[in-house]
Amino acid sequence: MTSGPEQFDTVPKLLLRNAERYGSRPAFREKEFGIWQTWTWAQARDAIRAFSIGLQKLGLKRGDTVAIIGDNRPNLYWAFTAAQSLGAIPVPVYQDSVAEEMAYVLSHAEIKFAVVEDQEQVDKVIAIKDKVPSLQKVVYDDERGLQTYDSTNLHSLESVKEIGRQELKANPGAASAWTDEVARGKGSDVSVILYTSGTTGQPKGVMLTHENVVVSGHNANVFDRFTVDDTMIAYLPMAWVGDHIFSYGQAFAGALCIACPESPDTIVEDRREIGPTYFFAPPRVFENLLTQIMVRMEDAGRLKKGMFDYFLKVARRSGEKILDSKPVSFGERTLYSLGDLLVYAPLRNRMGFSNLRVAYTAGEAIGPELFSFFRSLGINLKQLYGQTEASVFITLQPDGEVYPETVGMPGPDIEIKIADSGEVLFKSPGVFLKYFKNDEATAATKTQDGWVHTGDAGFIDQRGHLCIIDRAKDVGKLTNGTLFAPKYVENRLKFFPEIKEAVAFGHGRDYVTAFINIDLTAVGNWAERNDIVFASYQELSAHPQVYDLIEKRVEELNLSLAREPMVAGSQIRRFLILHKELDADDGELTRTQKVRRSFIADRYGPLIAALYDGSTQCHIATEVTFEDGRRGVIEGDVRIVDMKTYPVASDVRREAAE
Amino acid sequence: MKADVAIAPVQNADVPMTRQRIGDVLLAVENVSLSFGGIKAITDVSFDIRKGEIRAIIGPNGAGKTSMLNCINGFYHPQQGSITFKGKRRRNMRPYIAASQGISRTFQNVALFKGMSTLDNIMAGRTLKMKRGLLWQALHWGPAQKEEIRHREVVERIIDFLEIQHIRKQPVGKLPYGLQKRVELGRALAMEPDLLLLDEPMAGMNLEEKEDMSRFILTVNDQLGTTIALIEHDMGVVMDISDRVVVLEYGRKIADGTPDEVQSTQRVIDAYLGVAH
Repeated sequence: MTSGPEQFDTVPKLLLRNAERYGSRPAFREKEFGIWQTWTWAQARDAIRAFSIGLQKLGLKRGDTVAIIGDNRPNLYWAFTAAQSLGAIPVPVYQDSVAEEMAYVLSHAEIKFAVVEDQEQVDKVIAIKDKVPSLQKVVYDDERGLQTYDSTNLHSLESVKEIGRQELKANPGAASAWTDEVARGKGSDVSVILYTSGTTGQPKGVMLTHENVVVSGHNANVFDRFTVDDTMIAYLPMAWVGDHIFSYGQAFAGALCIACPESPDTIVEDRREIGPTYFFAPPRVFENLLTQIMVRMEDAGRLKKGMFDYFLKVARRSGEKILDSKPVSFGERTLYSLGDLLVYAPLRNRMGFSNLRVAYTAGEAIGPELFSFFRSLGINLKQLYGQTEASVFITLQPDGEVYPETVGMPGPDIEIKIADSGEVLFKSPGVFLKYFKNDEATAATKTQDGWVHTGDAGFIDQRGHLCIIDRAKDVGKLTNGTLFAPKYVENRLKFFPEIKEAVAFGHGRDYVTAFINIDLTAVGNWAERNDIVFASYQELSAHPQVYDLIEKRVEELNLSLAREPMVAGSQIRRFLILHKELDADDGELTRTQKVRRSFIADRYGPLIAALYDGSTQCHIATEVTFEDGRRGVIEGDVRIVDMKTYPVASDVRREAAE
Repeated sequence: MKADVAIAPVQNADVPMTRQRIGDVLLAVENVSLSFGGIKAITDVSFDIRKGEIRAIIGPNGAGKTSMLNCINGFYHPQQGSITFKGKRRRNMRPYIAASQGISRTFQNVALFKGMSTLDNIMAGRTLKMKRGLLWQALHWGPAQKEEIRHREVVERIIDFLEIQHIRKQPVGKLPYGLQKRVELGRALAMEPDLLLLDEPMAGMNLEEKEDMSRFILTVNDQLGTTIALIEHDMGVVMDISDRVVVLEYGRKIADGTPDEVQSTQRVIDAYLGVAH
């Protein structure tokens, strides 16, 4: 459908192509005053051209940097292209960053122009302008509250476009001069600088070339067969590489339509109205969707609830198989079709997924239950793995080969390899040029021959799929030298509904052990159904039958770990169930519910010692803080269970059923 | 939208915030007294509100602030004194006449139609501007439909202005209090009033909601040029956003002037902190 990117090697060139070929097709939509406004590719080109010429008149030159700050708005997306047409480099900045972070990025990137959304952002930029000496002009989209500001260096976006339109009217050569300017752009030019949020240290400016963005977008379109009929909703921060590639690179490369929500609070409504065919969201968005559905179904009438429960069971049995075009009996198929009519389709409609062809999630591990729930409803949810330095895509899950524990196979033209340390390296057309003004970091990340270090440890399983196990620096080693990835083991444990939290030990030890926290809701329900009486969390967690239940789960995990040589050494040899829930109030978890490993190791020293000295019982007393601030002590005996481990089985055949 | 606390002041040298020029007297209250049976709610109070200003009425509980607003919009009829609005002197006034002359208000206890959506509530504020009668509206055809579209546009602009797009179609009874207050402000704005009376617009709000509401009030004043009279208990807010303040105590006026002047008046300090006898 779309021709290769060879002759259209920059985004502005793609704009001209789209305006010519798909001039009357919708390019951008935005909901304003409650009504969806649409711009075709031809209209988008006209707006971008006027804006671009206006910026040029204000003094923007080739090589200058332009900060873009705000929510997803067509005008701001056009600002990217308007700047790129002149050979200037857009630098999107997270709209919710505080003044200090913004000051760092703006001064580091030597910003000349800033195109911002509204008064809030204008105020921020004005507040930090002393720290950004290079800043010359600020252009804003929404005029509200800004009429009384000094307008010497502050312009409304509309007025800049007007300057451009006047120029186009007055000077007949202006349009072709602009087109020539676009033609001067090369694929190897820097197209954008994206600052990584950087959990440690100062953010780094990742420089991507036009080729990176255009080829990555094009390849992704080919991979999932996107055409001009596809629509997506742009709601993730523009400063994030994902949005830049999905809603900008892919959209321009494939002439897809981008819909911008009315406000960040109306995304769910807007998604229902637009019905995107392509959707990306981090796992927590899907988690919230599931919770909302479940909560509302609790309040539903008995007939509806009964129908929902019954057909959800059908979906769980055969939904994913049908989605993956695997053989399913005729009866099941009929039942599923009925379920689709009565339950699945209305649910998809509720979530705004009626037209969805492909949905991706990435960023963190997604629970297999959650993942399967959406897939069994007929939503083609897949995972991908990527990073800014790769223009997003490193691996993606192809249709029909979706496994929750992997992140898929290398995308088109992408190669990956695993270093001896377990770190994943990749090479792709999306590999970034360099970090802006930080050659040291560039040299540390990018090897001479073009491989890029991801900083993540992983392995390639027998199906050729990549599994990410942990950050490379967090991966430890057992005394015998085998790799030990604590987070991988913990996540796999937490994927079992009965296990709420897990802490794995093993770095510098002979074997791997684990603390386990049961999930009171799930195990409590199970206990009720099995006539197990319990009065407290502590009592339930020490119950022999609960231990049996968890033991089965750990054994399942060990068996599946044994299949992969790289993580086979991380099989759990001994485990115990903690007598209390890990709690942020006691300092055991962070406020974002992440395990504080070293703190726990200190606090439960005797338990860890017992895990490694062969004893089967250990007495522990722990001080706890109650919700009202009182302190108390929970004490009791904790039983330690020995597990069977499996040999690293290179010959284990993968059972089809997983 | 979040108000970024770290960079609150915009009034730096490059961006002078030229406030709306304050004009002539829009509303004058002269020697107004109001009593309910033997209880004197307001005694001989006079003050004026100038075009384009933000005028605060403050005072301890029971000082007669809400009674004063009720007199202004014709809900109560003062026994003595007069109120002059837009040069027209009047003694007895009905709320709907006050409304048609350009006075709109919000209430201390939110008074919305709880079962109706945000959109319909704000649309209700347009009632006085609708020309077509019940029959036309019921038919919802031709001129009536055109009229509704025109009014809907105004309402949509208000929704955009107050950033309440996400609750456009939700019944207001289910909304949190801070949002209900915002919807109420929207309904008052839908009348395109010359004088907007706000009765404790920030009561029961948290800091962020107060900041948002202050911003909306300032923007209404700044951009639409609406004159605003407000009652508020949060002194920080009052002193920040109002041009002039009138202080009532036990139904009498004890101070009147700019926030700074009022704050340094001994009687005001006594009224708020109490006096050692």
